[in-house]
Amino acid sequence: MSVLQALEEKLSKMPAPMRLKDLIRNIRAARTAADERAVIQKELAIIRNSFREEDNTYRCRNVAKLLYINMLGYPAHFGQLECLKLIASPRFTDKRIGYLGATLLLDERHDVHLLITNSMKNDMEHNTQYIVGLSLSCFGSICSPEMSRDLAGEVEKLLKSSNAYVKKKAALCGVRIIRKVPELMEMFIPAVRSLLNDKNHGVQLTAVVLITEMCSRSPETLLHFRKVKEIVPNLVRILKNLIMSGYSPEHDVSGVSDPFLQVKILRLLRLLGKSDMDCSEAMNDILAQVATNTETSKNVGNAILYETVLCIMDIKSESGLRVLAINILGRFLLNNDKNIRYVALNTLLRVVQSDMNAVQRHRSTIVDCLKDPDVSIKRRAVELCFALINGNNVRSMVKELIFFLDKADPEFKAYTSSNIISTCERHAPNKRWHIDTMMRVLTGAGNYVPEDSVASLIQNISESSSLHGYIVQQLYKGLKEDISQQPLAQVASWCMGEYGDLLVGGAIEEEEPVQVSEDEALDLLESVIQSTSASQVTKEYVLQAILKISARFTHSAERIKKMAAPYTQSLDTELQQRSVEFTALVTSHDNMRPGLLERMPPMERKDEKQVNGDMNGESEDRKPMKPPSVQHESKGLLELLETPGAPMPNAGLSLSPTHNQKTEPSSSGGELLDLLDTLDLSGPAPAVPGFQPLAPMPSQPAPVNIMDALGTLEPMVAQPQADLLGGLVNNISGPSIPSVIAVENPTLKIEFAFERESPDKVAILLRATNPTLNPVTSFLFQAAVPKTFQLELMTPSGDLVPPNNSGAVTQTIKVTNPSRQAMRMRYKLAYTVLGNTSQEQGEVNNFPPAMFS
Amino acid sequence: MLQFMLLFSRQGKLRLQKWYQAHTEKTKKKITRELINTVLTRKPKMCNFLEWRDLKIVYKRYASLYFCCAIEDKDNELLTLEIIHRYVELLDKYFGSVCELDIIFNFEKAYFMLDELMLGGEIQETSKKNVLKAIQAQDLLQEEVQATVTALEQLGFL
Repeated sequence: MSVLQALEEKLSKMPAPMRLKDLIRNIRAARTAADERAVIQKELAIIRNSFREEDNTYRCRNVAKLLYINMLGYPAHFGQLECLKLIASPRFTDKRIGYLGATLLLDERHDVHLLITNSMKNDMEHNTQYIVGLSLSCFGSICSPEMSRDLAGEVEKLLKSSNAYVKKKAALCGVRIIRKVPELMEMFIPAVRSLLNDKNHGVQLTAVVLITEMCSRSPETLLHFRKVKEIVPNLVRILKNLIMSGYSPEHDVSGVSDPFLQVKILRLLRLLGKSDMDCSEAMNDILAQVATNTETSKNVGNAILYETVLCIMDIKSESGLRVLAINILGRFLLNNDKNIRYVALNTLLRVVQSDMNAVQRHRSTIVDCLKDPDVSIKRRAVELCFALINGNNVRSMVKELIFFLDKADPEFKAYTSSNIISTCERHAPNKRWHIDTMMRVLTGAGNYVPEDSVASLIQNISESSSLHGYIVQQLYKGLKEDISQQPLAQVASWCMGEYGDLLVGGAIEEEEPVQVSEDEALDLLESVIQSTSASQVTKEYVLQAILKISARFTHSAERIKKMAAPYTQSLDTELQQRSVEFTALVTSHDNMRPGLLERMPPMERKDEKQVNGDMNGESEDRKPMKPPSVQHESKGLLELLETPGAPMPNAGLSLSPTHNQKTEPSSSGGELLDLLDTLDLSGPAPAVPGFQPLAPMPSQPAPVNIMDALGTLEPMVAQPQADLLGGLVNNISGPSIPSVIAVENPTLKIEFAFERESPDKVAILLRATNPTLNPVTSFLFQAAVPKTFQLELMTPSGDLVPPNNSGAVTQTIKVTNPSRQAMRMRYKLAYTVLGNTSQEQGEVNNFPPAMFS
Repeated sequence: MLQFMLLFSRQGKLRLQKWYQAHTEKTKKKITRELINTVLTRKPKMCNFLEWRDLKIVYKRYASLYFCCAIEDKDNELLTLEIIHRYVELLDKYFGSVCELDIIFNFEKAYFMLDELMLGGEIQETSKKNVLKAIQAQDLLQEEVQATVTALEQLGFL
């Protein structure tokens, strides 16, 4: 600006704008937030005015003030163009503030930032190195892909300049360019190698960073640098000089020579040596040297050691070196400094998979870290502890972890409890210890135990049949002490429902067997279900348990009936349904009750690795229970689904007794032929159980003798499994099976067509046609198979067979034959023609032998 | 690479913010607020590192100011502590026994110093001497121009 201009401005009446310092002082002097806002708004108005009037002299001061106000949180975008003007000004002060404003107010999100590209380009060619530096600094902070493309050439030229100050800045700008526009990497590769030979540490450092960035972005460049003969030896040489040379005041930090450069070199060496034998060998010596010579009393030394350990673990180092690295980590763990311990735990977590034995040596220290008050350290220590558990140390480790669980914060409880449970499954030395530990976890973690752990625990319990008495006693004791913990309540009530007779029987070989009477047990269950802390799921578990107990206890039938009665009006549909069914069962079909509520056999554990068609495997995983078939000698074709009572953990379904008493009140009491279809249980999404009532109930009561005739054969068992899906997914096509005519009489012709679903399972497609002139109504086909087979009868398409073969009734029957015997089937046919009802029975034995080949 | 660096007082007032990644104003404010809250609630004996979102946060308290850096997963936390310390040492040398007020009233100089120490989130100069030399030289450049203006002021022309 010229002296004349300045004079003119002064002669005009405009007072000089406030100095930055004064503004800051004024703002700080404001007593209240409102005052502060007032001061700031006033000043902002003045600034805006002076911007409008293109005040060159004080623009710099105004922008500085604006930047301060911006830091306090006020918007300042109207200053962006002013920054542009400042950058374009020849004055150094202006440029300085202008570039600062650009980095604070302009970033790649604003299109305006491209306007400074030209000024930046000019400044990069400036004579004064500091102006070049300003421009590069700004570029490195805010450049966008477009700006990178524009100015990459300039930056690359500056990389080759002789001025160290400029070179190092240019190198870091190169890093930034590569991050934004990876394609531009190649133009920097030739220039960078010579940079490594520079004496200036800054240049060396930035060159190393640039190479590191290039190698981590592009595998080809990595290979290139690995192959270049000088790189690794060069780096090793630089590192060696740093360690061996004496005290250099310029770069010294607490006795260590230029730790920043050392760490960056180690980082690059790690990248170069990873999975490359030659490079790794070249580094072994220097790594050992660094590891042993570095001072560990201060944080600096530890920073270098940390990086060294990371390097050693990543490259193909010799085993002695690896042991050295793990020992360093072990020493870190004993360090008083929390930061160091944190860093050590972190690193150990990364290497524990590959070097388990070495890490095991430090197990006790790690376990001690569980007691550290710092939450970050605790978190790391817990993860590491779980990684270290193996068959040998499982008892002591789990003991420690349970201590930890008791005192842990809620955020840890869920993680710890689910991990303890899965660990126990893998490494439990014996069943009893397993069950004890699970109980401990349930009481320790309270309501934080995840739901699938409850299910897996129940599964485990059902498998360990010898311990049922012991288990139910322990659970009873535990539940008595605290009924508010939901997972414990769920597991305990399930066990009491299943094994309640063992509980009251009392003959357990325990130190202090608990004498529990039926009433006491029922009291406890009642208190749980009525407690306000009981969740919906828990109530369902408990109600089912109470109902099951009616088959276990001998004297409490009345009481149980009374207990179940109020829930017939419960607002919860699940509770209501179960209690209504139970009440109906007890009133009209009490003789069936014991069979229905019989104890469940041990649940089969589905191997999680089984990939039996994804949906099949997945759904089977989720249902640890497979309802067993009920054998009933006295009851002929009695076939009812056993209901375990416990709802699915994920799907929240209820398998309720699927007898259709409600729909058939008129049928004679006693046997029912219940050809029930499958429940749709599978699928990850919680699905409402839809059961398709199969064959329509006979409109007349079935005479008993028919049942007896069929009584020799195995009662049908409908398989409510995911075999439906299994069938869908696995369509193993074998040789096709010819169809047969199963039944033929003057009125009806029934054909069987076959479709193989799996080597053991065939679907029979029944087709009934009517060649007569009259329609056949109330068509009903029932079937029974030998004991070793399993049968599923699906819903027929209807019960009217139109005359003259004009249509058909179709029905699917699924037969599973695990023992591969010859197929036999007895059938009973009922239908009405012209008002006359007929019934027919017979046997189908012309099944093709290829059916189960 | 450093993602950002924040300096704030114990009352939660921001004194300096340097962002090496682009974010909207709103995001920056949100991050700042969250981070300040998280760091201020930490007890004094706890370790200086914490995990936050997908970044590692390294913070250190010097007198009444918290220096807080966010680094990426692969960076060395202990070295970041050293970087913070180096920055404080430089400010100390420059201002002569630096205190929070110095940084408040000379915030632009604090930025300049940071720009000489780091560029694009990486260290550029490991020698304290060189950084201070560069700053001094630039200050001198600034003063030369200023000298003309002051002279005119004193002569009563401005």
